Amino acid sequence: MTFRVGVVTFPGSLDDKDAARAVRIAGAEAVALWHADKSLSNVDAVVLPGGFSYGDYLRCGAIARFAPVMDVLIDAARGGLPVLGICNGFQILCESHLLPGALTRNDHLHFVCRDQRIKIENTSSAWTRNFQRGQEIVIPLKNGEGGYVADDYTLDQLEAEGRVVATYLELNPNGSHRNIAGITNEAGNVVGIMPHPEHAVEALTGPTTDGLGFFTSMLQTLAKTGRISA
Amino acid sequence: MARVIVNVALKSEILDPQGRAVSGALGRMGLDGVIDVRQGKQFVITIDGDVDAKRLKEINAIAESLLSNPVIEDFTVEVQA
Repeated sequence: MTFRVGVVTFPGSLDDKDAARAVRIAGAEAVALWHADKSLSNVDAVVLPGGFSYGDYLRCGAIARFAPVMDVLIDAARGGLPVLGICNGFQILCESHLLPGALTRNDHLHFVCRDQRIKIENTSSAWTRNFQRGQEIVIPLKNGEGGYVADDYTLDQLEAEGRVVATYLELNPNGSHRNIAGITNEAGNVVGIMPHPEHAVEALTGPTTDGLGFFTSMLQTLAKTGRISA
Repeated sequence: MARVIVNVALKSEILDPQGRAVSGALGRMGLDGVIDVRQGKQFVITIDGDVDAKRLKEINAIAESLLSNPVIEDFTVEVQA
């Protein structure tokens, strides 16, 4: 059975094609979803791609959070649908309160674009189960507002519950609290990550193929748990 | 017709790198004694008719859900007659 993975395009999304390509390379069918859709077309998982939805106006992800497709996606995510938000997608998940905290302007104010080494801290989430705990991977990072912030209580809770999915190594590229590069929700089905796994799935274009692990993890999760379907 | 002013500012404990950059520029422009600059946003909403209690409640809800992110920002709502 081929799993169907939705990739949402908002006005201003940039990385939807790469995300769809990563889904296909991992072995699933990519299903294009549009921000104005009122249904998720029975997909088995959803990727919210990077970019600048609605021009990043107001706050990154703030307007996208109220797009029609998000109404159904938020319900489905609460019901256990695997959802991965990358970069702008991570910002949208935080604005939707599916994930705690917020992403703010890089502390040094510059847009950052680099191949970033990160450490996988959580291998039980729907999107990271194919990695080894403590595994170091290199995937591209490109953001202007990637500083992860939350209050100390939330940060302590995330760390204590093992919900920090990945941390930055070598340097903290954007001022994220506790070097956090990605987090997951309590159930482990919703993951937000600031660097871009979908840009590291082929030797021709990526620094590595390390990013593929996020997508194969999700497929393994679906194979194990069966379809939740949206 | 009424105007409603919504001011949004980062919470004091949240780093404001833009405000800090502006603060640096003020020093370079010769303004002495600047201790801190915080940058915020202002929304001027023009409404047909009066802003009664129900309307004001709706605007507060919008200010909390869309215009600001309560995780990192505070807001105030002010009605101008």
